[in-house]
Amino acid sequence: MDYSQFLALKQEIGLLIIFLLVFLYDTFAPRKSQGALPVIATLLMGVLTLWGFCPTVKADAVAFAGMYVTSPVMVAIKNILNVGVVIVLIQSIKWANSEFVAVRRGEFYELILLTLLGMYFMISSRHFLMFIIGLETASLPLCALVAFNKNHYESHEAAIKYVLTAVFSSAVLLMGLSFVYGLCGTLYYEGIALMCGSQFGVMMAVALAFVMAGFGFKISLVPFHLWTADVYQGAPTSVTSYLSVISKGSAAFAFLVVLTQVFGTLYSAAWEWMLYALIILTITVGNLFAMRQVNMKRFLAFSSISQAGYIMLAVIGDNPMGVSALMFYVLVYVFSNLAAFGVIGAIENATGKLLMTDYNGLYKTNPRLAFTMMLAMFSLAGIPPFAGFFSKFFVFTSTLNGTSSAALYVLVLIALINTIISLYYYLLVVKAMFINDSETPIATFRSACSERLGMWICVAGIMGLGIISYFYDYLLTVVI
Amino acid sequence: MDITIPVLILAIPLFMFLLLGLVGVKMSHKLAGTLGTLGMGTVLVLSYFTAFTYWFSGSPEFIDGTNRLQYTVFNMEWLRFTDFLSIRLGFLLDPISALMLVVIPTISFMVHVYSLGYMKGEKGFQRYYAFLSLFSFSMLGLVVATNIFQMYIFWELVGASSFLLIGFFYTLPSAVSACKKAFIVTRFADLGFLIGILILSFYTKQLDFLPMTQNPAEVLQQFGGATFMGASVLTWALVLIFTGGMGKSAMLPLHIWLPDAMEGPTPVSALIHAATMVVAGVYLVARLFPLYMLEDAALTFITVVGAVTAFYAACVACAQIDIKRILAFSTISQIAFMMVSLGVAARNGEAIHEGLGYMAGMFHLFTHAMFKALLFLGAGSLIHAVHSNNYTAMGGLRKYMPITHITFLFGCLAIAGIWPWAGFFSKDEILSACYANSTLWGVWMTVVAGMTSFYMFRMYFLIFWWDEPDYAARVKEQEAHGHHASMPHESPITMTLPLIFLAIVSFCCGWIPFGQLVTFDGHEYHIHIDWGVASVSLIVAAVAIAFAAFLYLKKNDKPARMADSCRWLWTAANRRFYWDEIYLWITHNIIFDGICKPIAWFDRHIIDGTMNGLAYVTNRASVAIKGFQSGKVQMYIWWYLIGALLLGIITAVCVL
Repeated sequence: MDYSQFLALKQEIGLLIIFLLVFLYDTFAPRKSQGALPVIATLLMGVLTLWGFCPTVKADAVAFAGMYVTSPVMVAIKNILNVGVVIVLIQSIKWANSEFVAVRRGEFYELILLTLLGMYFMISSRHFLMFIIGLETASLPLCALVAFNKNHYESHEAAIKYVLTAVFSSAVLLMGLSFVYGLCGTLYYEGIALMCGSQFGVMMAVALAFVMAGFGFKISLVPFHLWTADVYQGAPTSVTSYLSVISKGSAAFAFLVVLTQVFGTLYSAAWEWMLYALIILTITVGNLFAMRQVNMKRFLAFSSISQAGYIMLAVIGDNPMGVSALMFYVLVYVFSNLAAFGVIGAIENATGKLLMTDYNGLYKTNPRLAFTMMLAMFSLAGIPPFAGFFSKFFVFTSTLNGTSSAALYVLVLIALINTIISLYYYLLVVKAMFINDSETPIATFRSACSERLGMWICVAGIMGLGIISYFYDYLLTVVI
Repeated sequence: MDITIPVLILAIPLFMFLLLGLVGVKMSHKLAGTLGTLGMGTVLVLSYFTAFTYWFSGSPEFIDGTNRLQYTVFNMEWLRFTDFLSIRLGFLLDPISALMLVVIPTISFMVHVYSLGYMKGEKGFQRYYAFLSLFSFSMLGLVVATNIFQMYIFWELVGASSFLLIGFFYTLPSAVSACKKAFIVTRFADLGFLIGILILSFYTKQLDFLPMTQNPAEVLQQFGGATFMGASVLTWALVLIFTGGMGKSAMLPLHIWLPDAMEGPTPVSALIHAATMVVAGVYLVARLFPLYMLEDAALTFITVVGAVTAFYAACVACAQIDIKRILAFSTISQIAFMMVSLGVAARNGEAIHEGLGYMAGMFHLFTHAMFKALLFLGAGSLIHAVHSNNYTAMGGLRKYMPITHITFLFGCLAIAGIWPWAGFFSKDEILSACYANSTLWGVWMTVVAGMTSFYMFRMYFLIFWWDEPDYAARVKEQEAHGHHASMPHESPITMTLPLIFLAIVSFCCGWIPFGQLVTFDGHEYHIHIDWGVASVSLIVAAVAIAFAAFLYLKKNDKPARMADSCRWLWTAANRRFYWDEIYLWITHNIIFDGICKPIAWFDRHIIDGTMNGLAYVTNRASVAIKGFQSGKVQMYIWWYLIGALLLGIITAVCVL
C-alpha cells in the first residue's frame, strides 16, 4: 500500500491532530490549567481554518483507489464549515467554563471535532462505504452532545429521540444502499452512475427514496424532520447551533454530490420530482409551524427546517451555479443563524430565559443584542441589503438558470410566497424586541467577551457578505 | 483639448454642493457664502477660458477655416445595455454649449454675490448655497451633454434643484405648494420627453447627438417613413421631445408653474426662472435643430406654440400687480420669442436666410439672460427695501434707490428693444427672421414686442414714478407693531455691484459679433440690421413707452377708468385667463374622482382583501397541522417510514 496517499487528506489529518492535542491536554493537563481548554481548542480550530485558505491545501487529489477525493470546491465547503465551527466554539467558551459543564467540557470539544471529521469524510467520499463511516462518525457523537446537560430531563428526552430516529434513518439509508449495491454491484459513485439504468425500475425508485429519507433526516426535510424541534429545544444551545448550521450544511453538500454524481444523469427525473415535493413540503410546513412557536430555540428549529428547503432549491437546478449558490447560502446561513443563536445563548447564559415573550422590550435594556438579533432575522428573512437577500436571490437564480420548465417557476413562486410568510414570524421577534412593552424586561447585562466577539463576526458577515461581491464570485470561480 | 478644465467645471460645483450640504451646518453663514461664491468664481474663470479657447484660439480642433466644429472633449461609457445602445457621460463643445458656458456661470456668479446681501441672516443660508451649487452643476452638465440621455439626467437634476430652491422657505405653505406644482408640471412634461427619447433611440439605435445631428438624412432613412395617426413617427418623436422643453420653458399650456415659482427667493428666480433653466427647452430644440429641420410639422408646432404663448403672456403681464409675476410672464413671453425664432428658421428642410432665426434665437437667449437677470435682481433689491412684492406698495422710489432705479431702467430699455441696448439687436434679428418666414408671424411678433415695451414701462413708471405712498407713516405703523422698519433705502454693495455689472452688460452686449460665434451650421453669419424692420419695431416700442408714460407717469385715474370700461377683460387677464382654475377642475374632477378613487377602491378591497385572505388561510393551515408534531417518537418514525415509502411508490408508479 502506498502510504503517501494519506498526504492527500490534509485537512482531515490537521483536524485529527487538533483532536489529539485537545484530547491529550484534557487528559494530562493539571487541574488548575484545565480552564484554558476552551480557548486552546478554539485557537487551534482557528489555525486550522486559516490554514485551509493556503494555496497548498487546495490542490486536487485522489486517495484510496478513488474512495476519497479532494478539490478546491471540497476545500471551500470545508472552510465554510470551519468558519462556522470557530464561531460556535467562540460562542460556547463562557458556557463551557460554567459551573455544571466545566467537569465535562473536554468531551464537548472532542466530540465536536470528531463529528466535524466525520463530515469531512461525508463530503469527500466517492464510495458509499466511506460515506457511511463519515455519516455515522458525524451522527453518533451528536447524540452524546445532545444529552450533554445530563441534569436536565429535556436533554435526555431529546437525546433519546435523536438516537432512535438516527438509528432508524441509518437503517433505512443502508437498506436503500444495499438495494443499490444489489442492482449495480458496486458502491463507487461513478460505478453506480454507469451501471444504473432505467431497467431497474421500481427497485431503484425505492432505493432512491430510502437514500432521500436518510439525507432528509440529516437536513431535516419534511416529513423526516419531526425530531428537529424536540432535539433543538432540549439540547444545550451551543449544540443546537452546531446541529442547525454545521451538521445541516455538510449534509446538504454531501446530498448535492450524491444526487448529481450518482443519480444525476439517468435518474434525474425521479430524484428531481422527489426533491420537488420535499422542498414544497419542507418550506411550507416549516413556516406554518414556526409561526406558532413561543420558545426561541424551537422557533429557530422550524425556521431552520424551512431554510433547509431553500438550500435544496440550489440542488434541484442541477447546474454548476447551484453548487456555488448552495455554498454561498450555507455561508450566509452560518453567519445569520449563529448570530441569532449567539443572542439566544448570551441571554440564556445570563438569565436563563428562552421564551419570545421574555424578549419584549429587549431593545430598551440591551439595544446591541436586540440590534444583532434584528439583523439576524432580517438576513434569515432575506431583506436587502443583508446577506440573506443575496443568498436567496442566488439560490432562486440557480434554480431557474437555463431552465424552461414551468414547474420550476411554480416552485420558485411557492418559495417566494413562503418568504413572505417567513417574514411574518421573523418580524414577530423584531416586534417583540422593539415595539412590545414589558413590565419585567430582561435586565441590562454585559455579555462575555467571547460571546460579543462571536456576534461581531456574525454581524460583519451579515452586513458584508452580500454587498462585497468577492465571496460569491470566488465560489463561482471555484466551481466552474 | 485637455480634459482637466472641463472636468473641473463640473466637479467644482458638485464638490461645493457636497461640502456645503454635508458640513455646511457647522460653518458660519459668512464662510459658507464665501466658499460657494469662490467656487462659482473659479468655475466662471474656467468656463470663460474654455469658451474663449473654443472661439478664439483658432485651433484646428475647433475651427476648420471659417467653419466651427463640434468637438467632444470626452465621452466615457457609463452603462452598456446592448452592443449598440449605451449611455455615456461626456463634454461636448460647440457654439451653443460654449455660449451657455458663458451665460450660466456669469449669471450664477452674479447671483452668488448678490445673495450674500439678499439672503443675509436667513435661516438655512448654507443650504441655500449648497442648492445653488447643485443647480449650477446640473445646468452645466445639461448644456455640455454629448447625448440625449445625459441631457435627460441633468434635465431632471435641474428640475430637482429648482424644486428645492422654490421650496426654500419650506415653512410657507405657498412656497411648498409652488414647488410641488413646478415639480409635478415639469415632470409631467418630461414624460413626453422620455417617450420621445425612447422613440428616437428605438429607430436610430443610439443616443449620441453628434451622429444624429451631423447626418440627419440617415436618421430620416432609419425612420423609414413610418407614420402614426397621420403624422410621421419622427414628427411624433420630435414633438414629444419638445413637450419636455414646453414644460421646462413654460410654454402654453404647461406654463402654470412659472408664476408660482416666484415664491422662491428672488435671486433664485433670476438665476433659474429667468436666465438659465427656463431656456433649457430652447436649448434642447437648438441642440436637435438638424432633426427638427427634417420635419416641417414639428417646426410649425413650435412656432404656433411659441407665438400663442408670447401673446398670451404679454396680455397677462399687462394686468398683474405683483412685480415678480409681471417679470415671470415677461420671461414666458420672451422665451416664446426664442421658440418662434427657432420655429421660423427653416422650411422644407432648408434653413431660411442662412439660419437667421436660429442665430437670432440664440442671441436673444444670451441678451435676455443678462437683462432679465438684471430685472429680477433689481426687483429683489426693491422687495428688499419695501418688503412687498406689489407695486401698489411702491412708487416714487427713484429718489430713494438711485442705483436700482438706473439699472432697472437699463433693463427695461433693453427688453423693450431700444437702440443701442442689447435687446434691440437680438429682437430685431428675431423679427427679421419672422418676416423672412411669413408676414403673419412678423406682424404678430411685432405686436407682442410693442406689448412688451408697454407692460415693462407700466411697471417701471408705477415703481419709480407715479405717486409716493406715505413711507414714513408706514414705518411708524410697523414700529408700533414692534417690527423693525426703516425708510426705503439703497441696497448693500454686494447687491448693487451685480446690478451695475449686468446693466453695463445689457447696455453693450448687443455689439458682440454674434453671427461669427454662434450659427446653426458653424459657418459665419454676417449680421446686417434690416433698418426697415428695425425702424418699425423702434417706432412701435417708442409709441408703447409713450403710451405707458401717458398713463402711469403721474398719479391719475385714467388706468382705473380704462380697467372699469372693460372690467371682464381686466379681471380675466389678472386671473391669467383662468388656466389654474381649469387645471384644478381637471385634477379634482377627472383625475382624482375619475381615476384615483376607483384605483384606491381596488387597492383597499381587492389587493388588501387578497392579502388578508392569504394570511387567514395560512393561520388556519398552521392550526390544522398542529397534531403532526405530537412529541411521540413512535409517531415520528411512522411518519418517516410513510414518507419514504410514499416517495418511492409514487415515483415508481408515476414517474418511471
